Amino acid sequence: MATDKRKVQEINAGSMADIAFLLLIFFLVATTMNVDTGLARMLPPIPPENQQQEEIKVKERNLFLVLISGSGNIMAGTPGKQEVIDLRQLTAKTKEFILNATDSEDMPEKEDKEIELPDGSKWAYQESKGVVSLQTTRDTGYQSYIMVQNELTRAFNELRDEAAMKKFGAKFEDLPKEQRDVVAKVVPQKISEAEPRNIKK
Amino acid sequence: MAVMKKKGNKGLPPISTASLPDVIFMILFFFMVSTTMRDQELLVRYKLPEATEVQKLEKKSLVSYIHIGQPSLAMQAKFGTAPRIQLNDSYKTTKDILDFVAAERDKLSEADRASMTICLKADQTTKMGVVTDVKQELRRANALKISYAASKSLGY
Repeated sequence: MATDKRKVQEINAGSMADIAFLLLIFFLVATTMNVDTGLARMLPPIPPENQQQEEIKVKERNLFLVLISGSGNIMAGTPGKQEVIDLRQLTAKTKEFILNATDSEDMPEKEDKEIELPDGSKWAYQESKGVVSLQTTRDTGYQSYIMVQNELTRAFNELRDEAAMKKFGAKFEDLPKEQRDVVAKVVPQKISEAEPRNIKK
Repeated sequence: MAVMKKKGNKGLPPISTASLPDVIFMILFFFMVSTTMRDQELLVRYKLPEATEVQKLEKKSLVSYIHIGQPSLAMQAKFGTAPRIQLNDSYKTTKDILDFVAAERDKLSEADRASMTICLKADQTTKMGVVTDVKQELRRANALKISYAASKSLGY
């Protein structure tokens, strides 16, 4: 036959684009793009019931109370010395409290500690014993709660940045993972979330 | 020469579309890599609160979601507008969270269970009472690693 010597006919690839379009549209519809972002927290474990419930005693000077009222007003300070403050002041107040740069009697104690760096050397530092305690009422709005959480996170992030800058000469975010773990241990994020108080309904 | 082109009669030759499939495939691969599958249908409406210090959630397979918000428009006729908790594909109450966490934990391998994260997606108008109840229940279920979902904003 005449066709014997010819090569096999090429497959028409004209519809390839249509097939690819179909697949593309399927993926556009069936998938989402948004990356989930959020504020990470660890909840405190519930103490076992049969065990005697011991109140964890925290010295008053080590405690920084942050109260959010139902209308979103913020009160912050060490116990007995709380005052109404603006959201924008909260970061600075928290940092001031945790750092206790002046070694004030009203602000948290510090503990001398030593940690091993990834390269084998030791890093002697002072760990602040300060704890931030966040309390809300049942009718506090979630938005104001997150805004306060955000400010507290910002305070701790800035403290970590400062510690990282001092020790490694780079921001916390830019450090390799091992060094980041070390800085995270040196400046622990101590935010405790107490159960809500039913002060006013 | 004999194979000289004829000039003038024809317009421009048509643009070759042979590389069109390649272009489309490139876009396709981009979307396949950068997106994730929709895994559940939302029954609640929420607008996430905004924050600046947000972190990305690391491994999606280790994350379980709890949605809190008003029922979506189609459901409001039946369920009203009071905030609801959605677990998987239905409305649940705080009492079901224990079972939910246990089921989610079972899905993970032994090694991953410790790093299981619960992502709380709550509407910004939700009252803390509901959120706290959920948190207490999570503590009881021993799912202590949580993340408050918030969208990234640029500041005040």
